[in-house]
Amino acid sequence: MLELKNIIFDVTGDDKKKKRIIDDVSLKLDENKFYVITGPNGSGKSTLAKLIMGIETPTSGNILLNGQDITGLDITERAKLGISFALQQPVRFKGIQVLDLLKMAAKNNESFKDKALSTGEACEYLSAVGLCAREYINREVNSSLSGGELKRIEIATVLARGTKVTLFDEPEAGIDLWSFQNLISVFEDMRKSIRGTVVIISHQERILNIADEIILLADGKIKKIGKKEDMLIDILGAGVASGAFCGKIQPTDKDKGAC
Amino acid sequence: MSELNDAQNALLEIISGIKKGHHPGGAINIRANGQLAERHVSENINITSKTDKPGIDIWIKSTCQGESCYIPVVMDESGMVDVVYNDFHVEDGADVTIVAGCGIHNCGNSDSQHDGIHRFFIGNNAHVKYVENHYGSGDGNGKRILNPVTEIHAGEKCIVEMEMVQIKGVDSTIRKTSSFIGKNSKLLIRERLMTHGHQTAISEYLTELNGEGSSADVVSRSVAKDDSYQKYISNIVGNAPCAGHTECDAILMDNARVIAVPELDAANIDASLVHEAAIGKIAGDQIIKLRTLGLTEEEAENAIIDGFLK
Ligand SMILES: Nc1ncnc2c1ncn2[C@@H]1O[C@H](COP(=O)(O)OP(=O)(O)OP(=O)(O)O)[C@@H](O)[C@H]1O
Ligand SMILES: [Mg+2]
Repeated sequence: MLELKNIIFDVTGDDKKKKRIIDDVSLKLDENKFYVITGPNGSGKSTLAKLIMGIETPTSGNILLNGQDITGLDITERAKLGISFALQQPVRFKGIQVLDLLKMAAKNNESFKDKALSTGEACEYLSAVGLCAREYINREVNSSLSGGELKRIEIATVLARGTKVTLFDEPEAGIDLWSFQNLISVFEDMRKSIRGTVVIISHQERILNIADEIILLADGKIKKIGKKEDMLIDILGAGVASGAFCGKIQPTDKDKGAC
Repeated sequence: MSELNDAQNALLEIISGIKKGHHPGGAINIRANGQLAERHVSENINITSKTDKPGIDIWIKSTCQGESCYIPVVMDESGMVDVVYNDFHVEDGADVTIVAGCGIHNCGNSDSQHDGIHRFFIGNNAHVKYVENHYGSGDGNGKRILNPVTEIHAGEKCIVEMEMVQIKGVDSTIRKTSSFIGKNSKLLIRERLMTHGHQTAISEYLTELNGEGSSADVVSRSVAKDDSYQKYISNIVGNAPCAGHTECDAILMDNARVIAVPELDAANIDASLVHEAAIGKIAGDQIIKLRTLGLTEEEAENAIIDGFLK
């Protein structure tokens, strides 16, 4: 179980003013459950995932994994304890091939014991995310890949890790409609096989549909946790709320309706 | 001819992939400590020693189709300065891979130096692939110095691919490569370089695109670590309707310094020349990404560098 206790995350902006990004978030995420975090742009979803992965350090509060306090552990240590994170904006590498990346990802995967990931096994992960393995396995993870291709490779690397806790940050972004349905079955298979905690950050209704629980974040706070049916009004409401800041800019006649 | 010792055999394998006592096929000429150590010629590739100065002439016939020619140089004698002149005569239509390179093992306290002066005279419709691997080892105070000079004269409709690699152990290098490219011919240069410690590496490319429809792509990828110094100078001259591109892509680490000096000289209205240069440290988000896969910061750095120089 992954537990967040009173997490606060502040940043100092360019104007030297302190800004609270995550505001006293407490959460318990169980094993064998599917969570979707949703909420308006800028509500703090990616930041929350980064705090769990150790990419950001909370200003205060604690993070516990199966009872162990991991707040002081760095990214590598948390990765080795079994947390994975598919980034909203995947990183490109000149020269590193897709196969290299998958091998690095699978290195700590217990199901491969001490054997390196074989090319055949690597191909299965690529097929799972809808990429023709033969075509992509030796491609460089560089700027020649399209946004959607890169996003799928990012998901494949996380699948290859096979960890107990997996965070996906807007995995559907940039992925075409046809593949989207396959992607959903990938997530469902994943939960079945690993029986771990899967957390997906998403705005997509079809992903909300498969969630055991939806966590609605707004302005760095948890607004509500529950099932989709109970939350639709809140979710829509949160979107409207986030648009409220537009009111602070004096609209000219020409801009009217832009928000 | 002399037998290679263990150190020389080890160097040979690193720079050319040739295992001890194993003949890779094609033509071969091994030079060890300034002397000819082994030579085989083939029906399509002849090798003759120069009479006026140290070095060889390599004669590649039109009938050479997909054959390889190995001309490695190994040195393990401290304090030696070896200068060698190699001329490649490639006939029309030949297709050849040339594996060159130099390995220096210097355990002594005097400098060891090898300067290879290579000239290519390439006929029409030929395809030449040249692979050169430079490597140094040994823990003496003596420096390992390599100053290769390469001159390429390509005729019409040729493809010339040059791959130059220097990954480890060479203290000082000044590399000068000049190319003169004819009509509809294509030159591809790929340099990969890593410097560490107090090493210095200077690469100077002059590429003249002289024939209509000629093209050149001159690309350097390098990593500079510790207190090392690199300078990359690439000048492309477009004297005809042509296309030229030069690129320097360097990863900077520690206290290293990298200088990139691109120069384009378009002397024809239909010459299209481009240069790109990017120097900087490893991107933080790349390291973070690999750490999320369970690599330590150091492992992540190494993986990024290995990939970059692959
Ligand atoms: N290091 C930082 N410095 C300043 N502001 C930051 C920093 N990190 C995040 N923020 C701000 O915190 C807020 C939350 O960002 P975050 O990326 O977590 O949003 P999000 O919910 O993932 O949004 P989206 O749906 O657009 O992906 C944003 O307003 C962002 O600008
Ligand atoms: Mg986000």
